[in-house]
Amino acid sequence: MLEFRKDIFADERDDSLVEIGQPTARQDILGHVTGTSPYYDDHRFANLLHLKILRSPHAHARIRSIDDSVAARAPGVKRIIRAADVPVNLNTLLSLIQFGKDDEPSLASDVVRYKGEPILGIVATSERAALEALALVRVSYDQLPAVLDVEEAIKAGAPSVNATYPKNTFEYYGKYDHQKLRFGDVEAGFRQADIVIEDRYQMSPIEHAPTETNGSITVPDTNGRYIVYTSTQALFFSLDTAAKINAVQSNQLHFIGGTVGGGFGGKVDTLTEPLCILAARLTGAPVRYRLSRHEEMQFGSPRGAERIYVKDGLAKDGRIVARSVRAYFDSGAYTRLSSYAVVKCVAHIPGPYTIPNVHADVYCVFTNRTPATAMRGFGVTALDFALECQMDKGAVAVGMDPLEFRMLNMYRDGDMKAHRREAKNCALIECAQVAAEKANWPLRDEFRRMSSRQGGSHERAGVADRSRTPQLASAAKPAPSTPPSPVPQRVAYERPTPAAPTRTAPPSPPPRSAPPSPAASPAGSTHGAPRFSSVFGTRRR
Amino acid sequence: MKTPIQFHLNGEAVATFVESGANLLDTLRETVGDLSVKGGCWQGTCGTCTVLIDGVPRLSCVTLAEACAGKSVETTAGLRRGADLHPLQQAFMDRFAAQCGYCTPGMLMAAKALLDRNPNPTRAEVIDALCGNICRCTGYEPIIQAVMDVAGSDNRRRA
Ligand code: FES
Ligand code: FES
Repeated sequence: MLEFRKDIFADERDDSLVEIGQPTARQDILGHVTGTSPYYDDHRFANLLHLKILRSPHAHARIRSIDDSVAARAPGVKRIIRAADVPVNLNTLLSLIQFGKDDEPSLASDVVRYKGEPILGIVATSERAALEALALVRVSYDQLPAVLDVEEAIKAGAPSVNATYPKNTFEYYGKYDHQKLRFGDVEAGFRQADIVIEDRYQMSPIEHAPTETNGSITVPDTNGRYIVYTSTQALFFSLDTAAKINAVQSNQLHFIGGTVGGGFGGKVDTLTEPLCILAARLTGAPVRYRLSRHEEMQFGSPRGAERIYVKDGLAKDGRIVARSVRAYFDSGAYTRLSSYAVVKCVAHIPGPYTIPNVHADVYCVFTNRTPATAMRGFGVTALDFALECQMDKGAVAVGMDPLEFRMLNMYRDGDMKAHRREAKNCALIECAQVAAEKANWPLRDEFRRMSSRQGGSHERAGVADRSRTPQLASAAKPAPSTPPSPVPQRVAYERPTPAAPTRTAPPSPPPRSAPPSPAASPAGSTHGAPRFSSVFGTRRR
Repeated sequence: MKTPIQFHLNGEAVATFVESGANLLDTLRETVGDLSVKGGCWQGTCGTCTVLIDGVPRLSCVTLAEACAGKSVETTAGLRRGADLHPLQQAFMDRFAAQCGYCTPGMLMAAKALLDRNPNPTRAEVIDALCGNICRCTGYEPIIQAVMDVAGSDNRRRA
């Protein structure tokens, strides 16, 4: 059950949070349990037409010719929609906030850049008639070499995916091919470190798979307006995007939505509305464009794949003295929202830890894969997976309890973050203490007494107080193998006596409740430092 | 070619024409106008379209409408009696057992089939009865608890 530790913020706000902790009925739940909530597809119109889309069977190909003459005469077909029918056939979602260049057509005309890319639409009297007509369209392709891996895509000579970004990387501020974070001197930090842990992490794409697939219905209204019933998660964002692609004023579109059958980020891409509106404009009739389950799973944009390399430098006493991150976001064939995911990722590095030397390069990379999009913490989730795996490995390497190791490095009030913002209102240490208590995870006294309010300072991050100029913690410690002495504010950590190190056997994961036992002796020179090949797997260099 | 069929929908006699090969889901939604039944995959994998046919949970998207001639079909639209909610509907509200709500009609019908047949199910039986229904908002625990609440209240009534 819920329990509140209001004492942590007692002096920061008055205690008027009367709603929190009280059960509150959802405003829409009566509709849900009676089956009357109005999802977009729960609106009925006489003579509704249906739009279905021909999609590329190839990951990368040049379209040589399209022959839809037989399909056009098929029973029930009302209209064929070709690339040339789309008023503005190049768009990028974030152009609405002037971020990125238009790079994605609604219907591909010359080149297809991912398997499933829309090429042509057929509007017919039933979904079945539209599908049967689609099977009569003949497209001839010249297949092109496809690139499906982020690191392959940025090598010299890799096939160029997206004509707007020929080098296969999104361009930030008109000139940078990636986002950077620089704080302190990470190389000096690694020289100063007693232990270096480096590994590679990979997250695969994930499909949101909402129970209701993406879709919309467009109904011509009077005065040249169109009413659009839609599953979108982002009503006004989709409205503006659809208006841009259709070259109409946004006040010609009336979007009705808000009842969404599951989204999780997969319904912000405005996948159906622009062509659905176009179909209604071209036929003068109400049109529905609903993704089948197969289309939703195969071509609906997923959470993007991410590859992340992390290198951590640790001092024997448990402090992280350097962290370097190199990451690649697989945007798929077009930008959509991945450029923004990268910005979020860099803003999250190095995690909630105070580290004096941080270095990050994060790339938004184009490949011939399904364009990626938003999903629950995109940009942060995979990074956290990588960073927290590193934290577990780091704890083993320095012979500390994994929670205590984290607590030692967590942000405290007054710390300087790698983004040169002072940490304020920190409560992560307190959260960890409560979590440990609830889980019966034994913390030693000094960690039970630790506080976010005490011991924080710019110096903890190697920065002179109130100064924006990073001052290297390492500068005062030129000898690389000498462990740095803890800064005075720090709660001193006394490491338990290391067990006799074994040369070959990998250490076992730390026991859940026993006091931490060191996995390998970190006391040797950096040449003998343990290297990790997978979670908790170690070998000597 | 259209075929006339008659069946009972939530206790009311229904007569309509269906295309040969039409499924029950489309027939209920497009022809009869019962929009409480939702489609999520149209291929018999998600359970969203669950209705009861003669008291047995069935996937309406892969059930031929013609096969329902003369049978009794129940949907979420028929759960409520006037202003009164079915105990399952009330329990789903009390337990916050719906987020987006799209899977809810199917969940309710699968749960109703279980409780009609076995008013006193174990937790394992509840899970088994709902295991063909996907909830992508992943609110399974409150859904199971809502069904257990109704089972429990039934037990109290009988005790
Ligand atoms: S719609 Fe029938 S099982 Fe998914
Ligand atoms: S409540 Fe959204 S799928 Fe179940």
